[in-house]
Amino acid sequence: MIDTLRLTAKQVNDLLGAGEVSSDELFAAYRAAIDARDGEINSFLHVCDDDPGEGIPIALKDVISTKGIPTTAGSKILEGYVPVADATVTTRCRARGLRVIGKTNMDEFAMGSSTENSAYGPTRNPWDPERVPGGSSGGSAAAVAAGLAPWALGSDTGGSIKQPAALCGLVGLRPTYGTVSRSGIVAFASSLDQVGPITKTVADCAFLYSVIAGRDPSDSTTVELPEPIEIPEATDLKGLKVGIPKELNDAPGIEPGVSEAVNATIELCRELGAEVGETTLPRSVEYGLPCYYLIAPSEASSNLARYDGVRYGLRVSDGDVREMYMRTRDAGFGDEPKRRIMLGTYALSAGYYEAYYGQAQKVRTIIRQEFAAALEQFDLLVSPTSPTVAFPLGAKTDNPLAMYLSDVLAIPPNMAGLPGLSIPCGLSEGLPVGLQLIGPQFSENLLFRAGHALEQAIAFDFVPPRLA
Amino acid sequence: MSWEPVIGLEIHVHLKTRTKMFCRCELEYFAPENSRTCPVCLAHPGTLPVPNRRAIEMTILLGNALDCRVVEHAIFHRKHYFYPDLPKGYQISQYDEPLCVDGKLALPTAEGDLEVGIVRAHLEEDAAKNVHVGGAEGRIAGAEHTLVDFNRAGTPLVEIVTAPDIHSADHAKRFLQLLRQTVVELGISDAEMEKGSLRFDVNVSVRPEGSDELRTRTELKNMNSFNFAAKGIEREIQRQIQIYESGGQVVQETMHFDPGNEAAPPLRSKEEAQDYRYLPEPDLVPLEPDRDLVERLRAELPDLPGERIRRLADDVGFETAEGLVTSGRDRLFDKVGGDRRDVANVLMNQFAATGVDPGAVNAEELAKLIEARDRIPRQAFTEALAASGDAGFSAESYLGDGQITDTSELESLVDKVLAENPQQVEDYRGGKEGLLGFFVGQVMKETEGRANPKLVNELLRAKLKA
Repeated sequence: MIDTLRLTAKQVNDLLGAGEVSSDELFAAYRAAIDARDGEINSFLHVCDDDPGEGIPIALKDVISTKGIPTTAGSKILEGYVPVADATVTTRCRARGLRVIGKTNMDEFAMGSSTENSAYGPTRNPWDPERVPGGSSGGSAAAVAAGLAPWALGSDTGGSIKQPAALCGLVGLRPTYGTVSRSGIVAFASSLDQVGPITKTVADCAFLYSVIAGRDPSDSTTVELPEPIEIPEATDLKGLKVGIPKELNDAPGIEPGVSEAVNATIELCRELGAEVGETTLPRSVEYGLPCYYLIAPSEASSNLARYDGVRYGLRVSDGDVREMYMRTRDAGFGDEPKRRIMLGTYALSAGYYEAYYGQAQKVRTIIRQEFAAALEQFDLLVSPTSPTVAFPLGAKTDNPLAMYLSDVLAIPPNMAGLPGLSIPCGLSEGLPVGLQLIGPQFSENLLFRAGHALEQAIAFDFVPPRLA
Repeated sequence: MSWEPVIGLEIHVHLKTRTKMFCRCELEYFAPENSRTCPVCLAHPGTLPVPNRRAIEMTILLGNALDCRVVEHAIFHRKHYFYPDLPKGYQISQYDEPLCVDGKLALPTAEGDLEVGIVRAHLEEDAAKNVHVGGAEGRIAGAEHTLVDFNRAGTPLVEIVTAPDIHSADHAKRFLQLLRQTVVELGISDAEMEKGSLRFDVNVSVRPEGSDELRTRTELKNMNSFNFAAKGIEREIQRQIQIYESGGQVVQETMHFDPGNEAAPPLRSKEEAQDYRYLPEPDLVPLEPDRDLVERLRAELPDLPGERIRRLADDVGFETAEGLVTSGRDRLFDKVGGDRRDVANVLMNQFAATGVDPGAVNAEELAKLIEARDRIPRQAFTEALAASGDAGFSAESYLGDGQITDTSELESLVDKVLAENPQQVEDYRGGKEGLLGFFVGQVMKETEGRANPKLVNELLRAKLKA
């Protein structure tokens, strides 16, 4: 009766509202799906046998604190760590009756683009288990795509919601920085981290965003939303000016199949009544990625300093306190966190700060200005979310720079603090292609409206054929 | 050649807020270890700092008192180092954009004011306390292991940095006393060295008299009293002079004094250039104090101690004036009538020895007592001073003439007072023991202050207990 693969969160919620299923039956149905399929996918790090609430289930990325439920951020250094409090987003989900069905797999500390950097083994893409689901929120995306949860929350620092949503054929929102509380979110790069939804439809995405967004007194960087979130119903793009930033659409490394699907969607924008024109972000794409790889590791080196074995998590005792620190951190962190801690420590060191971190902050200001200029002319900007479709497991694990390039298109708007919505826009080689919609700060309603209209016109089938 | 010392101070003061700087754990000295902690001050994953509004206001108040510019835009920075007392691996502090800058505090001296520049006053959080177990005297050297008490972690702390404008150990000590009294009177800190709510480091160098160069300095740490500081600084000045006079060079280093033993030579450590990797705190937005608030706090500044020393010095001489003000007794002095020098003398000596809170004293009664001090036995005078802060204190009863010491006479008066105040008696027996002063006062009223207070107290206690 409950087709977890096909039902959207709204449809599931409607069934519940109509009394056709109980909350417990829903929970059990998704649990059964997890038991049946997650052995292959490995999208969950922890599955809950039960969770209080009257509503429908939700999967949470393991970077989101859940009281009494282990939260490891995909790292050995937090193995067995159980938070004493819920993150604000968890509290907000619970307040709406949502029940946590499990904690999803991720690249360790959200550092990665394939979920292969998890200390607990990679997650596989439900569209093709020999391929990655993207990352770092790969577990959340794979779980939703495989029908193991009606929807999920992920987190996005440099593309970690948008890119896996794209690679798994789903909708993902990276919200405007400051609209979703980071309180209780295991920090990676504080000035960039944002939690957001990964869903099957734009309407589900808008609804889940409305649940989690808004000022939180426990996160000083949050703000009140300027307007309430509306569930989108539009089926056209009349009156909208859509900009095509040439550097985001012609970047080297974009697969022809990806360009093809995106170009077809741009054509569709015209058909739906949008005014489409080309625009430019002269330096944002070239410098976005390098700038990100100075700022994010710098903040990460600071945020990860607390994992010292003294108060919680892994401790490898040996010798004096210095020895204990070194052994604990050596055993607890995987290669990617270590690499970024080293990069960040170096970039913040006396004598290098101005040349690296300071310079990156200046570049960030330029990126902000470039986007602001483009968004003066256009209501929103579009591009591919990721240059490629889902790539084979292991294809980039030996080449960190190749892996980093997977987010080359997702990162620039993040650096500017802008929201980005990825929606599936077609297939290339039988795999989903994501379209990235970028708007000004707090323009989520606009992104949902445009995303919904395109979604209706594209009629993408989010069920992976091999599971259908 | 004659040498001029050059001294700068870094003073840390715990703010007297109810809760910590970035979380809402209550602050309590001497609470059981690790009982005042939460996920934020233990740096659990995902926790975020939320600044304490009161601490910011207190820092602005201090900035105003120190004639600083309270900036329009200040930011917090992360200061990194690994140590078990630092749960996040960084301290949230202020770096190149502190809240208060460019101030001064004029130190009154016998020769006129010495203006000491205040480079900055910034807000930060304190670290936890490491307790070294098994070593000598709780020091880290030789300890078997270390326990960490996180109650102190996150206590709001103001760091005040002076310019190197002080040129003698004596002035350094006096400056510290004046600054301490200032923060105490502003109501922003207990500033008690024994509790660690006031700590300071001293930077010392010397130069040829008349020169304006700044030579290599050494940093003195862990001196836990003002007198200790004066001695330590003087010793360091002499050591540096000796080095230069014998043709040597002073090495930049830190001298760690043993707080338990003033006489012990300080442990010396090379000052390693620590790289704190300062990072603008991304979890906090810039601090942009409301200008109206700054102005309101400036208008609310009380009459500050330096000013009062200057005023009093004309009456009683500089030394006494400074002593009265920095001990917090000058306000009582102002209220106690009589010969200025006599009153000052008593307040600074016999009265000081009693430890009585000056704020609790009835100035009129104290004036009577001081006026009569040559006519009564020294013992009675001392006793009277010790009782001068008690409720209902009457000088009359200590002056001898006509003092009622007849127990039976007093007993009937005590009975009468108790009978007339049944409600208070009930309250007292119900635990409001502060009412004893009320009863003593009533008896004194009946006797026009002639009852022997000691006897009255004893009688009251006995009867109220029954």
